[in-house]
Amino acid sequence: MNKNIKFIIIILLSLFVFFVFYKGLEKPNNYLPEKNLNKIETNLVFKNLNNKEEILLGELINSNSFSIINIWASWCLPCRDEHVHLLKLKNISEVDIIGINYKDKKSNAKEFLSELGNPYVEVLIDLDGTKSIELGAIGVPETYLIKNKIILKKYIGPLDDMKLKEIIKIIKNEKN
Amino acid sequence: MKKIKLIFYIFSFTFIFFNNLNADNSQQVEKISKNLRCLICQGQSVYDSQSDFALSMKILIDKKINEGKNEKEIYAFLKNKYGEWIVYDPEISQNTILLWVIPLILFIFGGILIVKKVSIK
Amino acid sequence: MINQIGNYSLFIALFASIFLLFQSSNVIRNKSKNLDGKIFSALSVQSLMVLISFFSLIFAFIVSDFSNETVYNNSHTTKPLFYKISGSWGNHEGSLLLWLLVLTIFLFIFFISSKKLLNKYRILTVLFQELIIIGFLLFILFTSNPFLHLFPIPKEGTGLNPILQDPALAIHPPILYLGYVGTSIIFSSALAALVCGMVNKIWAKHIKKWVVISWIFLTIGILLGSIWAYYELGWGGFWFWDPVENVSLMPWFCLTALFHTIIVLEKRNIYQSWTIILSIATFSLSMGGTFLVRSGILNSIHTFANDPSRGIFILCFLLVLVLLAIFIFFIFQKKLSNNLTKPFLASKETAIIVNNWFMMFFLSVVLVGTVYPIFLEVISGSKISVGPPFYQKLILPFLIPFLLFMAVGPKLKWIKDNLSKIKLNQIMLFILSIAISYFIVKFFRVSYLLILPLFALGFFLFFVTIKDFFSKNSTMSQKISHFGFSLFILSILFNGILAKEFSSNMKVGDERKYLNKIIKFENLKIVEKNNYKSLVANFKISDEKSSINLSPEVRIYNQPRTLTSEAAINSTIYSDNFLVFNVIKNDGYYNVRYQFKPLMMWIWFSIILISVGGILSYLKKNE
Repeated sequence: MNKNIKFIIIILLSLFVFFVFYKGLEKPNNYLPEKNLNKIETNLVFKNLNNKEEILLGELINSNSFSIINIWASWCLPCRDEHVHLLKLKNISEVDIIGINYKDKKSNAKEFLSELGNPYVEVLIDLDGTKSIELGAIGVPETYLIKNKIILKKYIGPLDDMKLKEIIKIIKNEKN
Repeated sequence: MKKIKLIFYIFSFTFIFFNNLNADNSQQVEKISKNLRCLICQGQSVYDSQSDFALSMKILIDKKINEGKNEKEIYAFLKNKYGEWIVYDPEISQNTILLWVIPLILFIFGGILIVKKVSIK
Repeated sequence: MINQIGNYSLFIALFASIFLLFQSSNVIRNKSKNLDGKIFSALSVQSLMVLISFFSLIFAFIVSDFSNETVYNNSHTTKPLFYKISGSWGNHEGSLLLWLLVLTIFLFIFFISSKKLLNKYRILTVLFQELIIIGFLLFILFTSNPFLHLFPIPKEGTGLNPILQDPALAIHPPILYLGYVGTSIIFSSALAALVCGMVNKIWAKHIKKWVVISWIFLTIGILLGSIWAYYELGWGGFWFWDPVENVSLMPWFCLTALFHTIIVLEKRNIYQSWTIILSIATFSLSMGGTFLVRSGILNSIHTFANDPSRGIFILCFLLVLVLLAIFIFFIFQKKLSNNLTKPFLASKETAIIVNNWFMMFFLSVVLVGTVYPIFLEVISGSKISVGPPFYQKLILPFLIPFLLFMAVGPKLKWIKDNLSKIKLNQIMLFILSIAISYFIVKFFRVSYLLILPLFALGFFLFFVTIKDFFSKNSTMSQKISHFGFSLFILSILFNGILAKEFSSNMKVGDERKYLNKIIKFENLKIVEKNNYKSLVANFKISDEKSSINLSPEVRIYNQPRTLTSEAAINSTIYSDNFLVFNVIKNDGYYNVRYQFKPLMMWIWFSIILISVGGILSYLKKNE
């Protein structure tokens, strides 16, 4: 009697382990931070790329309409590819794009913008990368779509046509 | 049996004499960053990694300590940003209670089993 | 051409296995007469075919035959010959072929070396082993065939991951596999012995050889992996509690427990069912480990190319084997002779069961820590990381009583001993150990509470085992292994409290002061090699007495294009000086990381000593 119970428990246990591993196989094993729709940290003071004024991030973000934050650097190759899409986005949607220049040299950053064009309303400097961490970023490039100080969409890695369409769609839908 | 007791007393005696030293700022950063997972070089700790993310993280931890935040507050801050995954040392919570308790339960269970199987006399 | 040879010989091996499966299953109907010859020849064919297949893969790698997909994906013409050869098992397909090769050869050796034993038992072992072999053959042929043909034939291969181009890692997988596969023999033979009702002294004596040999290979395999991590990963650590490392540690705990228990079974004929359970568990953990590593379910620094369909195959295969083992165990458990003699509290039998108790605890910590995140994610959807602090917190406190038992246990006699005979000199040794560790802790201002008792018991075990070398109460192999373990614990503790580390951004010509040392970045040159370009830096580290030169490198491999940092390590018997540098974006500056790591050599050496104990036990003549 006792033996039978033990037997059944062990069989069930191994089937349970099997089932969990089987389910586990379906999940991707590379982790990306949860796309939690957190409030954006607005209480951060940045220096401006062009004049040395200090700006509070919260002042730049529109409280009622959309804003976009884009973290970039001149040394980052995907940022270069992404830049065209940012310019397009600016032309189509008239949304404010706030650039955060990540761990960069000022001269290189300026050169980058004069060479490829400037989609940003303001470019803020994050010299040591700590402010980007406060924003929840893990690297460059990253782009956040924000409304009412809440992150609606978080893109890790460069923007492409697909992502661009998605952003424009969200903005249009909200307007209608 | 007396001898075993004697050993026990000697042991606990030396233990009591022992006191803790406090760590300074850089040691604190080291301690915290060893316990953080570098998110872009998965499998490495922030402490071990030389990636941009990890380097900035170390600066940030230093800043937070200077602001007067303690270890727990820093973990809480980072967990809020990046999720539970970032810390290597999962805190005991509803999700992780079994992680900590299963090995201990098995140990106690094993102990009981041995006591049952062994005859004292 | 080579591809076809390799492929067809695998199919022939499959036919041989199916033939063997049918032949050996005759034994169930008690027709075991005259099977020996047939089985022997089929086994020879099988091993030979797998061997041919394996060598044709190596050959394809040597001649860089890029019509073979595996070669194309993992090799390159500019690679040194040594890494071309080791590259053949450095990838998923090749490593499985190696598994299979060892499986068949081990079975062959088992069959010819067990002639004195009951025929039914031998043939049943072949039967169970063939089930495993067929599983592997099907897995290789249908999900991971190393002989897939590519057309048109590419001119150049994509290369081997540079961090895998390392001598320690080249021999690490084969050695580890010898250990893993050895456990499969233990598994099959344990089931066979159970069915035949011969779980007794004779069986224990016979299978002990396989336990010991698997244990030696597993120990050395883990050591090599750890040495590789130390030299190649460039962070100065040697054990990261990474899932892939844990996976090799789990069967090790189980096998170590089995190593001890089998001695009791051999001498006293008790713990039969426990021995069988351990045998089944050890192999299941080895296979489970393969599943965890190869399926990509784990997130690890040692990333392999993964494919979920392979994972599903191994998982189902594993389930079948485990269920089979459970059924056989419960059906034939009656046959275990009911030896109801209880071991006495103070006896070697109890001491060994206490060893098992701790081994199982360590195993459960590592097992739970490794798989818990997978379970949690599947069940509740949240992700957590389980890292070094978890393992340290749970394992370190338990090491304290473990070390004590390890010092006292081997002194106990079989059957019954007297506890009250603890000798005065042992207490003296104990007090001495505490005094020494108290002094160490005070002197080096260690702030971690557990260090004191850990040191104390580490020293106690150290002294006791040294003293034991002059007495006759246990075997040489046991003394050496336990002594090695005390050395291991002490070196790790010293290494842990005395290691120093310094990190700074420097450019050529810079000097930094650190402790009583001066670190100077002397020069930097570029060296062109066949398959990589290298930035070779030269550092001089000097203190009042002496100076050493260290030349770390940053390598830029061309195929595939990757950057690796090669640490420069100066090892002496006292300490290692470890220096690694990295390219950073700041013009002209490099991130330099210098580590002073005492007694590293002793960590490696102590593990070698532990395995030497195993080797002695293997070589020892059984009267």
